[in-house]
Amino acid sequence: MKRLMSGNAALGEAAILSGCTCYFGYPITPQNELTEYMAKRMPESGGVFIQSESEIAAINMVLGASVAGARAMTSSSSPGMSLKQEGISYLAADELPAVIVNMVRGGPGMGNISPAQSDYLQATRGGGHGDYRTIVLAPSSVQELVDIVPLAFDLADAYRNPVIILGDGMLGQMMEPVDFSDIKKPKDYPKDYILTGAENRPSRMVRSLLFDTKEEEEHNWKLYRKFQRIEANEVRCETFMTDDAEIVVVAYGIAARIAKGAIKRLRQENIKAGLLRPITLWPFPSKNIVELARYVNDFFVFEMSTGQMIEDVKLALSGRGHVNFYGRPGGVIPTPIELARIVSRHYYQTQKVKRQ
Amino acid sequence: MKKIYTRPASLKEAHFHYCPGCGHGIINRLIAEVIDEMGLRGKAICVAPAGCGMLVYNYFDIDTLESAHGRGAAVATGIKRVRPDNLVFSYQGDGDLAAIGTAEGFHAANRGELITVIFVNNGVYGMTGGQMAPTTLKEQITTTTPSGRNPVSAGHPVRVCEVFSVLDGTSYLERVAVNSPSGIKKTKKAIAKAFQHQINRTGFSLVEILSPCPTNWKMSPIESFRWIDEVMTKQFPLGVIKEVKC
Repeated sequence: MKRLMSGNAALGEAAILSGCTCYFGYPITPQNELTEYMAKRMPESGGVFIQSESEIAAINMVLGASVAGARAMTSSSSPGMSLKQEGISYLAADELPAVIVNMVRGGPGMGNISPAQSDYLQATRGGGHGDYRTIVLAPSSVQELVDIVPLAFDLADAYRNPVIILGDGMLGQMMEPVDFSDIKKPKDYPKDYILTGAENRPSRMVRSLLFDTKEEEEHNWKLYRKFQRIEANEVRCETFMTDDAEIVVVAYGIAARIAKGAIKRLRQENIKAGLLRPITLWPFPSKNIVELARYVNDFFVFEMSTGQMIEDVKLALSGRGHVNFYGRPGGVIPTPIELARIVSRHYYQTQKVKRQ
Repeated sequence: MKKIYTRPASLKEAHFHYCPGCGHGIINRLIAEVIDEMGLRGKAICVAPAGCGMLVYNYFDIDTLESAHGRGAAVATGIKRVRPDNLVFSYQGDGDLAAIGTAEGFHAANRGELITVIFVNNGVYGMTGGQMAPTTLKEQITTTTPSGRNPVSAGHPVRVCEVFSVLDGTSYLERVAVNSPSGIKKTKKAIAKAFQHQINRTGFSLVEILSPCPTNWKMSPIESFRWIDEVMTKQFPLGVIKEVKC
């Protein structure tokens, strides 16, 4: 049965159904509905809810819960995510699973509380100090948000690495009908690293301090090999009307949904536009873009920022196609008609160039 | 022949890295002895700090996590909430607990988290080379207060136990010192008592231990021990600061 829920609340329910037993949060708009939902539902389901004194405390409580063996989650929005980066770096270094939600808002600084995509680089480049990556999942509807939550927990456990769910203020706050019936009981991951007390076994230590540079270097290469495995196995993306496309829009999250509307309009004008929507922002679907570049020369990156993912598109193509950009930062929500207008103008301009 | 003195089972067979005359080695041993005597080795989980106490996981033969600087009480909270039947304690220095980790320690105490903080107060940042700590005394010379701590610009030494004592979540707060045989005995008792408060789920417990740092105080070990009695305890009076019926 479908239920009408906000993205934030639906995410909370999906997390509980995915076996999340610990949630630690600090109020910040536009993700408060998730913290409030967990405050009510966690005690009902026998889990742990703490409203922490800060985002820094919340991520460290997540780390503690994770090292104790629980599926743990925290959530925030852009300014709060900056504070969580210390803990995320430690989670990655200690190889501890965790799910961290960022309902992105306009920035930098205090910014505003409107939807934005300006934390792409922070999310996909690690975000904190040191050589590490986080898996970044970017859903574009409330149902996909629900579907992605169990995946986020599974990936975190499978790779023992923090996973970021990168949404935005719109995805978090809009209400859509959702179905939770596809969420299965979480499978058991062997956790031979957790701290339970050294009862009838040798004591364990979990640490990231490695004074010996050779040891620290090997730890970094070990993490790097893991990140290579993730890049090889975990890329996810969606294509929409790309089979005969002459121009491909690359957009993720809520911007991809706006782009779909634009593409439908463009198709009505007989402009052969398609969409590539990365679902994993890291690992980035570079190979899928290169594959499209075999017959498409024109790429149009669309983001609710001044252009961050465009770097990954350019890196993927490495000169194999033209990369254009349209973006609206600062919490402005562009419309499908606006994007269609921009793309069609570009299309006719380049067609003219082709005729000359 | 009867063995009258041996390494506690909760300590690994390792050499301490601590400087001569440092109090950490004594405190590590006392914690290990208490864990052994209370039969808690299989239940204990330690959260190590950043600073001189960081390497306790090389010495404690119990499950240990190294936390980020100052976050020990938050991490310990996460562990304890998942494993309420374990003994969870953080081992923190003065910079760790009273400067960068003030919020985490204060709020864990205020929530009455059933954890124990072993708070080692030696009045300086030891590992980084003897800079001013929140607990550095007035006029005390450190590398960042070269002409002595001036409260007008550098603030006053923080009395952690007294600050925490007004929080309703705390149940046992005692200040002790490891500069004499009787002080060491009292410290051991205080640690055991704090753990008992955790086991009985009475509330948040903390033992503040005045501990010598001869290297950074630029004193001999004997002078440091004396300095604790003659100077440090004037600012940080010893004794039970708060005890709720356990």
